[in-house]
Amino acid sequence: MSGTVRATLERASPARITRKPTRPQLIKASITTVLLLFALFALPELLSLYYIDTMTQVAVYSMVTLALGLLVGRVGLFSLGQAAVLAIGAWAAARLLFATTQPYPLVLLEAGLITMVAGLLIGLPALRLRGLYLALITLMLAGSITVVLATVNFPNGGHGFLGYNGGLLHIPPIRRPSIAASDPAYYRYSVVIAIVMFVLVLAHIKTRPGRAWAAIRQSEPAALAAGINIWFYKLWAFALASFITGVAGGVLAGAIHYLYSINFPTQDSITLLAVTLMGGVFSLWGAVVAGFLYQFLPALLNNWGVSADWLIILFGLGVLQVLTTAPAGLADQVPRDLRRLRHLLGRRLRRGPGGDGA
Amino acid sequence: MIEVDGLTVRYGGVTSLDAMSLTFEQGTCGLIGPNGAGKTTFFNVLSGFVRPAAGAVRAFGVDLLSMAHYRRARWGVRRTFQTEQAIEELSVFDNVAMVHEHARLGGASRRADVLDAITFTGLDADPETTVRTLGAGQRRLVEVARAVVGRPRLVLLDEPAAGLPDGETSHLAEVIQRIPEHTGALTILVDHDMSLVSACCATTAVLDFGKLIASGPTAAVLRDDAVIRAYLGVA
Repeated sequence: MSGTVRATLERASPARITRKPTRPQLIKASITTVLLLFALFALPELLSLYYIDTMTQVAVYSMVTLALGLLVGRVGLFSLGQAAVLAIGAWAAARLLFATTQPYPLVLLEAGLITMVAGLLIGLPALRLRGLYLALITLMLAGSITVVLATVNFPNGGHGFLGYNGGLLHIPPIRRPSIAASDPAYYRYSVVIAIVMFVLVLAHIKTRPGRAWAAIRQSEPAALAAGINIWFYKLWAFALASFITGVAGGVLAGAIHYLYSINFPTQDSITLLAVTLMGGVFSLWGAVVAGFLYQFLPALLNNWGVSADWLIILFGLGVLQVLTTAPAGLADQVPRDLRRLRHLLGRRLRRGPGGDGA
Repeated sequence: MIEVDGLTVRYGGVTSLDAMSLTFEQGTCGLIGPNGAGKTTFFNVLSGFVRPAAGAVRAFGVDLLSMAHYRRARWGVRRTFQTEQAIEELSVFDNVAMVHEHARLGGASRRADVLDAITFTGLDADPETTVRTLGAGQRRLVEVARAVVGRPRLVLLDEPAAGLPDGETSHLAEVIQRIPEHTGALTILVDHDMSLVSACCATTAVLDFGKLIASGPTAAVLRDDAVIRAYLGVA
């Protein structure tokens, strides 16, 4: 019996024991906490309303890329239909917000669940396919959903199931929760919802479904041999991703007050996949980076008077760079390069300014 | 006891297994044969990855072929792969726990069971280590731990010693020898290393071009003229 295993066995009581966090884990947790507190309390004080609105969008699209990253990075499913799934969530939430007086969190939950059902219906036949074919099918479905939404329009306070009142001059805005009516408050609200979604994904990754997904991604035969029902777990991933995207759609509805089908063009799905890959699909931070790339960068360029169309070229180069030098995305590459730089500087400094101090 | 009756597998025009009929008794049985003889195909049939054209497999009185593939691991079919398939992203512990949690064995004994399986293989690594950082021999042991955790009934080892240095192979032999008494599972070992097969298996069966050409006590089988011809290609 090896020493390490025996030591672990002696520590382990038959009941479940909690594993002590290691030092890097503690450092990581404290950095995350500080960043979150900064984002929640300091940021709204520091930024102009323009950038606060932008940051709300960053929170929304971080959830969308979180869901897409889950599919691509954890399970190896390439979906090009996320913009349409987001539109379904936004549609469902807008309809519920106009038609009912339910509290906002409940509406978000319902929008998430409705989108989950829709996502499952899309996913069910699509799961028989893999790789390029799955991407193609989801893209086509996204296209058809966009057409349907363009025809029936987003609900804008009208009567009936569709709730569309086209001729109305004074369209009522989609309501926000009473505790988050102002833009800074709604930004904070969005960040909190995003945190909940990230925790939801983390809870999945660290437990049984996460292990099953890791096995499926590396080797389906190995997963089957371990007794994992591949079909069920892939569907689970699809359901979770759709739920999160639906909730994001609900947050988006309140953020921009008025929704139109032109907010969700099919090609957005492709850009979303590009930024998700650039941010990094193997780390949850990748989704945050992707949210910034997708929403903050265009807002910044816009503010500087530079056309955001340049981003299409930039994202193209970015994906190329990710595929060639950093498969785990910026979330992995930047910290790694910074560590390398610190080592390099440390060595330089130890040597002293006079050159070789040996 | 596993009874294989008239098992036939065809891939297009190629017959990988040709009416194979054989009974595996309790303990460790060897299954040998030249490359392409149908050994891995036989394992793939037992795992449910390949649907046979004809034949039946009864394992401990159960019709194995009618069971969905992912349910077989739950029932007790475990295997390792010719190209090792330990999940790199997960820790050693999680690799083994993954099998346990899908075997419907209950969570109360999971940690103890998983650590017991890791200890059984003599793997000299912290269970919390990520598999990505392990060497080839250690990864093989992770796969063996996955195969023995919980209550396996049938353990299939597909060339577990392929590519391992002698020292690690002899350690692996010791581990394989202890599987039947430790778990009570019937173990089938496929390998080209005849010293490993001789050391671990009381009985051995030989496949060549999908046909069973010999079976019986290992020493006698390895001296069989037909077996020597199949391996050396002598006319």
